[in-house]
Amino acid sequence: MRTSPILLTILMTASVQAATPTDLMKGYAAEASRQQAGFTPAAKRGADLYQRNFGISAKMPSCTSCHGDDPTQGGRHSVTTKAIKPLAPAANPERFTDRAKADKWFGRNCKEVLGRDCTAAEKADFIAFLTGGR
Amino acid sequence: MRHPSSLIVMRGLASPRNRKDFTRMFTHRQRARNACLFALLLSLPLAAGADKLVIPANAPPAFQAECGACHLAFPPTLLDARGWRAVMGRLDRHYGDNASLDEPARRAIEDFLVRHAGGDKVRAPVPANGEPPRLTATPWFKRKHHEVPDKDWQDAKVKSPANCGACHTRAAEGSYREREIIMPNGRPLEEEDDDN
Repeated sequence: MRTSPILLTILMTASVQAATPTDLMKGYAAEASRQQAGFTPAAKRGADLYQRNFGISAKMPSCTSCHGDDPTQGGRHSVTTKAIKPLAPAANPERFTDRAKADKWFGRNCKEVLGRDCTAAEKADFIAFLTGGR
Repeated sequence: MRHPSSLIVMRGLASPRNRKDFTRMFTHRQRARNACLFALLLSLPLAAGADKLVIPANAPPAFQAECGACHLAFPPTLLDARGWRAVMGRLDRHYGDNASLDEPARRAIEDFLVRHAGGDKVRAPVPANGEPPRLTATPWFKRKHHEVPDKDWQDAKVKSPANCGACHTRAAEGSYREREIIMPNGRPLEEEDDDN
């Protein structure tokens, strides 16, 4: 039983950090519904966001430029060629389990690809697309 | 190198068994000279083959996590301090990508890069388009790669001269030996005089 306090600490730390993609989606959806009453995430809008050519960035005109057409497959950074793991949680369980990390990458990539920050509604739709509907 | 015999002796220095013999064998003056040579050797990494370009162990965790997320986490010695400050000061305009970081991470990475930055040989010109300087535009980088033809740089597998791992097959481990190079055509680098 000597190791149990350590084990307990590890388990507790893990449980504090582990969020699910659904948790993150709900968090963004809650923010969105404050601006837009009755908002519910839609996978179809998320799919459109994922595939749309925004024509802002020369090398990264759309999400697919680096993440590939199919988010369950890996992608490749369009400038550096570095391999990118799949965005879809079904293929890569690490995705959308850390709100700070998701915020960071939405922050960078939305500014680069869309030329502006994504709205909370767009982020919720995006996760809805990646976790469920085709 | 210039004094191969001294080198062999110095290798023996590492083994405690030989230390006694070693002390007896040399006069003070010779030992002083050997010490100087040894110091010179330690200062060689960029001047000579640059076979090893490892990331210093005191790198902040954000260095690999952030820089390494999109590209090889480049060895700090590849750019001078001024260059690194310029890179880290404009992460929103990071060579065609937005690489913004929160301030604590940005600061930790910049401090680390500046602390281990290279010297004048890796001072890159400041591009006119407002982009930060590139570590692939330094006199040192250009000299080391002068024999690489344009078609290799433009190869789809390479895309960017900053894609070290495209040819330096062990770049991720900090090893850049010539014999580890595989050119985009799939062949090893042909033996050539490495004139630094």
